[in-house]
Amino acid sequence: MSFLEVSNLQVSFPTEDGIVHAVDGVSFSVERGKVLAVVGESGSGKSVTSQAVMGLLNRKATKISGSVVLDGQDLLAMDEKDVRKLRGGKMAMIFQDPLSSLHPFYRISKQLVEAVRVHQNVSKSDARKQAVSMLDQVGIPAPERRIDDYPHQLSGGMRQRVMIAMALLNNPSLLIADEPTTALDVTVQAQIIELIQQIQQVSDAAIIFITHDLGVVAEVAHDVLVMYAGRVVEYAPVETLYGQPQMPYTLGLMASIPRLDRDPDVRLDPIPGNPPSLINLPSGCSFNPRCTFSDQVADGRCSVELPDLLSAGEGHLVRCHLPIEIRKALSAETLAALNGGVL
Amino acid sequence: MTTPLLQVEDLKMHFPVKSRGIFRRVVGQVRAVDGISLHIDSGETLGLVGESGCGKSTAGRSIMRLLSPTDGKVILDGVDITTLSRRQMVPHRRTAQMIFQDPYSALNPRHTVGSIIGAPFIVQKVKPVGGVRKEVQELMARVGLNPEHYNRYPNEFSGGQRQRIGIARALALKPKLIVCDEPVSALDVSIQAQVINLLQDLQQDFGLAYLFVAHDLSVVRQISHRISVMYLGHIMETASRDVLYSAPQHPYTHALMSAVPVPNPQLAGKRERIMLQGDLPSPINPPAGCVFNTRCFKVQDRCRVEVPELIEVAPGHQVACHFPITESLGTTLITGPNPGLTEQPDNAPDSPNAAATNAVFEAGAEPWAQRQS
Repeated sequence: MSFLEVSNLQVSFPTEDGIVHAVDGVSFSVERGKVLAVVGESGSGKSVTSQAVMGLLNRKATKISGSVVLDGQDLLAMDEKDVRKLRGGKMAMIFQDPLSSLHPFYRISKQLVEAVRVHQNVSKSDARKQAVSMLDQVGIPAPERRIDDYPHQLSGGMRQRVMIAMALLNNPSLLIADEPTTALDVTVQAQIIELIQQIQQVSDAAIIFITHDLGVVAEVAHDVLVMYAGRVVEYAPVETLYGQPQMPYTLGLMASIPRLDRDPDVRLDPIPGNPPSLINLPSGCSFNPRCTFSDQVADGRCSVELPDLLSAGEGHLVRCHLPIEIRKALSAETLAALNGGVL
Repeated sequence: MTTPLLQVEDLKMHFPVKSRGIFRRVVGQVRAVDGISLHIDSGETLGLVGESGCGKSTAGRSIMRLLSPTDGKVILDGVDITTLSRRQMVPHRRTAQMIFQDPYSALNPRHTVGSIIGAPFIVQKVKPVGGVRKEVQELMARVGLNPEHYNRYPNEFSGGQRQRIGIARALALKPKLIVCDEPVSALDVSIQAQVINLLQDLQQDFGLAYLFVAHDLSVVRQISHRISVMYLGHIMETASRDVLYSAPQHPYTHALMSAVPVPNPQLAGKRERIMLQGDLPSPINPPAGCVFNTRCFKVQDRCRVEVPELIEVAPGHQVACHFPITESLGTTLITGPNPGLTEQPDNAPDSPNAAATNAVFEAGAEPWAQRQS
């Protein structure tokens, strides 16, 4: 049993327009000391998945099923009060926008001290000492002075470091980072990625890193989960995913993103169309209306039957009706095209 | 020598900082753009990159005369438009148009797509042959929208489609220059490529020139012919695309390039990163000398005193640095086709990040691991 084991997670929200199937049958596992990246576009269900793991979804307003087992305990079966004790302690989260995630009226010190004292029975001054030392560890200069700043007095990168420090205060064994670098400039992003890598090496926490940026994934992840319209479409170790992506959606992403290691004179090859509505998903494979290869599958199976997530190699799961030989050939062809057709 | 379509000379855009209280005295200046010079020829794309707060958007808006520049010159198609009044600007708006970052706030939610795209004809009192409706529907078809959606409202469209509406509106008057302010950064990754390709096709068909303002170095490389790198209101380096990405000379450009994540786990641990320390200084009180001197890894005494001029180091390659980097910085750069990309991993190493800690750390930034003890 892995440290975190999520199986067949389903989350849906009833709305006026119909039921939104935000997450549909997602399963994955993360070991301690490993980084799992969850990749997808807006509406793919990646953030909802992480919120379900953290117990941040309102249980009355959402329909959640499946299981989320952290270190032997099923969080979905637990009482909400008990989940709250774990949150911020054993499991912690870093959010995308540090400005709206920190309270603007309170000094950093108050927010950090509170985070310590919710989970540990220590005095205010001890909690403050812990907070100062954690700010120092995440690379905030002059932490004993900066701790008394308000969030607005810090730059975006510094605020994100404060968020990270807050998440690390109680030494979590599961850390979820939801787009932690998206709001940051590229040079600051590099600093934060470096910091998260160091945390991963030292703290032995299991880390889930949610992002839409395939470049960031390649830098931090061990395993990658690609999500599309609420489902996992490909799941592989990072080298496999970039060396031989097999799901046409993943291939489409690889071919469509501008990147420094491709020939800029080769035109981008975009995925046609738009992501589907989660209320009214296409029948069969949700990607089939945008897939350029679905005509290679006999009898229009793609638009009728949802493919299963099947093994396509060691640790490699793919949700696609295309025969594996064809997928491998397409993969090689697509990656070669990035280099201007040089194999 | 032919005159360029757009010539910008020593453009400055300062915003006053006013005191609190009834007198609102001017107590300082935000030097958002502090003396930039650039030019764009017909049919070419100039990328303007930099981090948030560097003044790139302000530069775009001053060039479009949505702002009144403090100093300098903007010459558009042979006409000095720097000090023209709002009314005097009207005829020149046909020459230059703009596309905005956020396709949600750039379109009036109470107007139909038809009236949004047709508005330029009304404002400019242009009567297209065949009528406004026919012309608008042709534009819609050209940018990949369904012309039958003429009477729909913006909220019925997705982000990518809304950006296409903004592009159609910018194209309506057949401009020679379009200023694109972060046109793809609000879009999903699978939609970005569609819009980039559309902009490239339109450039081919209509001979458009673009000023492409963006923060994403990978996107800028894909679309630009030449690129200027901005930092704190100044241009640090201008060069053709291939030169800038393969042999940049300014330390800031090097730092930017090395920070861009590349979607290739085999490269991830092997690239050396130049970590910039600290944050962007305030444009109200920029550092003396070179504005980059507080964060530069090559800084020397002269940089703190003397402002470096933007000097031509090779034809078309200008650098504003006292000590430009002319040697290679090892594995910092990756350019063009990369042989490792298509190789299959024979044995997946346990941690692709193991080598990542080789990054260059400057004083005051010990790795987290060492501080942990």
